[in-house]
Parts: sequence; C-alpha cells; structure tokens
Amino acid sequence: MSKLTFARAINAGLRKSLENDPKVVLMGEDIGSLGGVFRVTDGLQKDFGKHRVIDSPLAESGIIGTAVGLAYRGYRPVCEIQFDGFIYPAFDQIVSQVAKMHYRTQGRVKMPITIRVPFGGGIGSPEHHSESPEAYFTHTSGLRVVAVSNPQDAYTMIQQAIASDDPVLYFEPKRRYHDKGDVDEAIDLSTALPLDRAAVVTPGSDVTVVAYGPLVKTAKDAAMAAADEGISVEVIDLRSLAPVDYPLVEASVRKTGRLVITHEAGQSGGLGAEIAASITERCFHYLESAPVRITGFDVPYPYSKLEMHHLPDLDRILDGVDRALGRRNSLSGLEG
Amino acid sequence: MLTDQAGKGVHHDTPRPGHSAQNPLRTGGDLLQLVSPDGERISHPEFDIWVKDVGDEQLCSLYEDMTVIRRIDAEATALQRQGELALWPPLLGQEAAQIGSSRSLRDDDFVFPSYRESGVAYVRGAHLSEIARVWRGNASYGWDPLRINLATPQIIIGSQSLHATGYAMGVQLDGANTAVLAYFGDGATSEGDVNEAMVFAASYQAPVVFFCQNNHWAISEPVRVQSHVQLADRPTGFGIPSMRVDGNDVLAVMAATRVALDRARKGGGPTFIEAVTYRMGPHTTADDPTRYRDPNELEDWAAKDPILRLRRLLEAKGLLTEDVETRVKAKADAVAAELRSSCIDMPDPQPLDVFNHVYSTPNSWIERQKDHYSRYLNSFNQPVEEGAL
Repeated sequence: MSKLTFARAINAGLRKSLENDPKVVLMGEDIGSLGGVFRVTDGLQKDFGKHRVIDSPLAESGIIGTAVGLAYRGYRPVCEIQFDGFIYPAFDQIVSQVAKMHYRTQGRVKMPITIRVPFGGGIGSPEHHSESPEAYFTHTSGLRVVAVSNPQDAYTMIQQAIASDDPVLYFEPKRRYHDKGDVDEAIDLSTALPLDRAAVVTPGSDVTVVAYGPLVKTAKDAAMAAADEGISVEVIDLRSLAPVDYPLVEASVRKTGRLVITHEAGQSGGLGAEIAASITERCFHYLESAPVRITGFDVPYPYSKLEMHHLPDLDRILDGVDRALGRRNSLSGLEG
Repeated sequence: MLTDQAGKGVHHDTPRPGHSAQNPLRTGGDLLQLVSPDGERISHPEFDIWVKDVGDEQLCSLYEDMTVIRRIDAEATALQRQGELALWPPLLGQEAAQIGSSRSLRDDDFVFPSYRESGVAYVRGAHLSEIARVWRGNASYGWDPLRINLATPQIIIGSQSLHATGYAMGVQLDGANTAVLAYFGDGATSEGDVNEAMVFAASYQAPVVFFCQNNHWAISEPVRVQSHVQLADRPTGFGIPSMRVDGNDVLAVMAATRVALDRARKGGGPTFIEAVTYRMGPHTTADDPTRYRDPNELEDWAAKDPILRLRRLLEAKGLLTEDVETRVKAKADAVAAELRSSCIDMPDPQPLDVFNHVYSTPNSWIERQKDHYSRYLNSFNQPVEEGAL
C-alpha cells in the first residue's frame, strides 16, 4: 500500500498498462516532455519513448481520429483531452466513429480506446476549463463512461478502461488531483470491482445520495455532517455513468426510500434526470418522496468568482437531503 | 516522432529513391496524362517507367474491371429504382480513378474508402452481396474490413482520412512495409478532418496516400465553392507533395498511385493525389443533378469517358478483339446477375439483431432493453384472455 496523489495514481496505472501491453500508446497535447498540464503523464515519455507516449499536434479531432486508425491496426490508444471544454472538436470522431465502429462492423473491428478527460470546476479557471460534459457521452450508445473519485479507483479503473475492448471515456476530477489516498498497487484487476459497478462508500439508512467524480468527497462530508444531526445518509459513488449500476442504486433506495442525486453538470437532460426517472420506474412504490437533484445550474459554466454558487457544495447537498426527508428546507412552502 | 522506435520503424534518413528519376513527384500544375481522350498513348519521360509492366493482357484486364464495375453501378441503380436497394451512390465516370488506384495496391496495404468506392471494394475482393447489403439496409457494414484490408464505407465526409493516418502511424510502430490509402472527394478537402489528417501525416511522416477524386461536384456544389486553388496545391502548405492526374486515364492514375505507394513504403511519408474526374451521375439515387448542372458540361465529360478512352487505346493496339469483347460482356452480365440475385435473396435481419454488437462485452442497459423488447414482441403471440379487454 502506498500513499499517492490522485494524479500520481493515474500515472502509476498508465505506467502499469504501458509495461504490461506493448500495444498501449498514449497520445495527447503536451503529454510528453511536459508530462501533461496536470503532470499526469509525468516521466512516461522518458521511460517508454516518444513512439509510445506521443505528443500530438494541437487538434482534438485529429487525436481521436488517428486513435481510431491505430485501433484498426490493433493498438490500444489512450488519448488525453487536455481540458473538458476542449473535447468538442473531437465530438464527431467520438460519437460517429469511436462509439459506432463496433456496431457498424458487427464486432469485426474493436475500438479499445480510452479517452481521459480532466473535468469539473473549482480551480478558478477561465472559460472552457471547468465543464462537465459527461451527459453528451452517456447519451451516446457504444461508449462506456466512468468518473473516478479517489486515488485507488483512479489507479485501478484506468487499467480496466485500457484493458476494455470497448471505448471508455474516463473522467478525472481535476480539483482532486492533489488529494492523497492509499493505493494498493498490487491489486488484482481480475478480482477488483468491475468497471461498470457502483460502490456504497458511506453506508446509511435514511437517504440515498448518489454522486460521482469530484462530488463524492463532498457527499461523504455531507453525510458526516448529517450524522451529527442524527440523519443516516448512504452515499453511492456511481463510478460508471454509462451504464449506471441500477441494481445497486435500487437496493439502496428500496432501503432508504429517498434519493438525492448530485452532479456539477447542469440539471436539464443531465445524468440526474435519467437516474431519477429510472429509479422512479424501477422502485416507485419504495419511494417516500420525489427524487431530488442537486446540480449545477442550466447556465454556461460561470466565471470563477461565481463558480462556488454554481457548484453543489456540502450545504446544498444537505438542503437536498432535508427536502427528500420532508424537513424544513430552502424550498419549504413552494412545493406542491 | 513515431520514427524513434529503436531498431524498428521508418527513419527520416532512410535513403529515398532519387526523385528526379525514379520517383517523379511534382506539385500541382499540369495534369499528368498517359492516354489522351482519343486513346493515344502519350509517352512521359518520368512516369512511363511506372507502368512499363502493364502489357496487353493487363490493359485488357483493366478494361474488364472498369466495364464490370460500370455494370455493377448500372445494375445497382436499377435495383434501387425497383425498390430493392434503399439508396445507391453511383460511381459512373470514376471507373479509371477507382480501378487504376485500387489495382496498384498490395493485399497487405490497407484502404479507407468513402461511400462511393464500390469499384474499389470489387477489386479488393468484397462479395457482391457485401457491396449491396449496406445499401439495401440489411446491415451497417458490408465486408469484414480485416479480411480484405478495406474499411467499411465511410459516410461522414473526410472522417476516414484521419483513420488512415492513424493506421499508418500504427504501421510505422510495427516497422511494417505496408502502405495505407484514403479515398475522399473534392468536398472533403474542406473538412477539418482532412486538413488535420494532413497535419498528422506530415508531422509523423506517416506512410499514407491521400487519394482525392475530384469529381467536380459535392452534391450540388461545384468544386470552386470548396477551393480557389487547385486541390493539388493545398497539401503543399502542409509539406505534403502532390500529383494532379487525369482521373479518367487509368494508366496515369496507376502510375501516380504506384509512385505514391512506393514512396510510402520506402519511408518517404505521405503523398496527395488529385485525380481529376467527373461524377457523370447523381450524387446518389436520391439526387437530381438537372436542378444544378448544365447538361453541356456532362456532354463535355462524356467525350472524356474513361472506358471509351481505354477502348480507343485497345482498338489502336488491335487488342479489342471479338474474343475480348465477348469475354468482358459475359463477365459483366454474370456479375450483374449475381449482384441482383444475391441482393434479392438476402435474408432480412431479425428484430432483436438491433441490439447486437453495440458493445463487445455485455452491457446492462442494452440487455434490459433487449429483454423488454423481446417480451413485447412475444406479447403478440399470447392469446388474449377473455375479459382482458
């Protein structure tokens, strides 16, 4: 067991994949001698060579499009999109090619491409550096989408993503890059929790709070604060956003009868909407109150001095917990 | 750079053939022509050597392939008009460009086509039913791409140029002696992906050939909407040499493609070929070119017809014997008949096939929807219980 930052944990996972499979190549802007703008790929080009850790021209569609060709040739490209808001030039290649090639060729051509995306806000950045675009991709059939919340998962899931024969979008919460945690680098991938499974990270019995990526820590903190008031919150780290591990969320909601979903992305058409609808369909009779969404607003990601208002924090999550429990909350008196 | 791989791969300092003698690259400018529209063989000091092995027998074989794919095209168009195909993108007029280029490829080369390269698919060894079934709506792919080293038809314009470049980067990593060729049209040269492909290909000196069939029309838009310079002038800004060839001259197309493929295999990097041809038919069977095209233009290009030109050359050489004519016609008839029967006899896909192969491993969302839809379909087979209504 070693103590690693989030960024070092991903780095260690990438290193392991590069060591274990000669077909793994890394591609992206500034990932070579610089080690990436967040230093996630630090030292990898030096150790594995410029042919395996490739500094790409500054063209996101080009990075993903050439990764498609490399996958055709039998490689397992791991592409870094430098910031969430820079992924859109690659949107067509991801949605029209990466996601559909396996279906188009009826399984003849696999797309084992991993697309790493630092995402989310909270770091005081200018426009386009703090977005949460995951719902565009969870809505796209053919992609697997995951968001990691802690160094151990970051280490394990990057290797599982690379080993997957399906394309995986791997969202990294950039404001957690410097958080440290215990990482078991000897973990056996074949017995580790599979890539498409969620995990209960704080057990509880009164309310289920579903979070992923950067907000898992916030939700766990909120659960601790709620415990002080005698409320038992169960926090689920979704981990996989497509597909969602509904059996696990269902089991929790059948127990608590109350559901709060939180994400940084805007509310309308977001993942929270899909989870609320699916859980309502699957266990309506177990619900004691309507599912609650605590999310970013339906606004462009705001300038940094306002981002703390946009991002769900501990208090907003607790306000949502109160709403789910029918306790006094900020909307008391408004709800029909 | 990809070329750093120790002991493998392609190095920049690999000796290249002398450009002036063996590898006569030129940039833009005059159209390379080895056969005039009248069928006269025009000798060329630098390019002749690249087709000197193309003897009488091979000329007849090129003629056969071009005739056969024109027949495939006519039959498929008829099948569409009869409701047997949902859509067909005709290749009429582009036979020399497609046959000349694809006949220059080796089996281990890899090709990334657009959607109009049915002639290329025929040459690469796709079954006729495989060519038809995408357009019948029976599958989203025709052939196994890894069996004939030909990607599936790409409908997103220019997208495949990046795939070809990435594949070529993989070839470099493998240290293989393989070339990659991407087909696209004049319209695609406006797409970001084609321009990004040229950036990547030049940056890594990837062994890829960009084969642009300038057929003058992107649906209803003439090529001047895409570019104010010759298309062959564009790649030079990326540091990629280019050739502009008469795309209706099968020998010129062959010579240029061979030059480019040879260059790729020897580590010379990417090459761009503009094959100047003409889309004599509509964009697809859903299109009506009379709304936007001057009929005189079609007439001008009919005089430069690629098959007519090759016939004239064969006639001049005394090769167009009754025997050859009969053989070629019989082959075209047989292929057309097989295309028709394999199309009409094709089994329809099953309803639950819609869920297959979205992912390579089981996916809980898909499995659930498949299960529910299966139950829904089965519900039609259940007897209606009395009183249930």
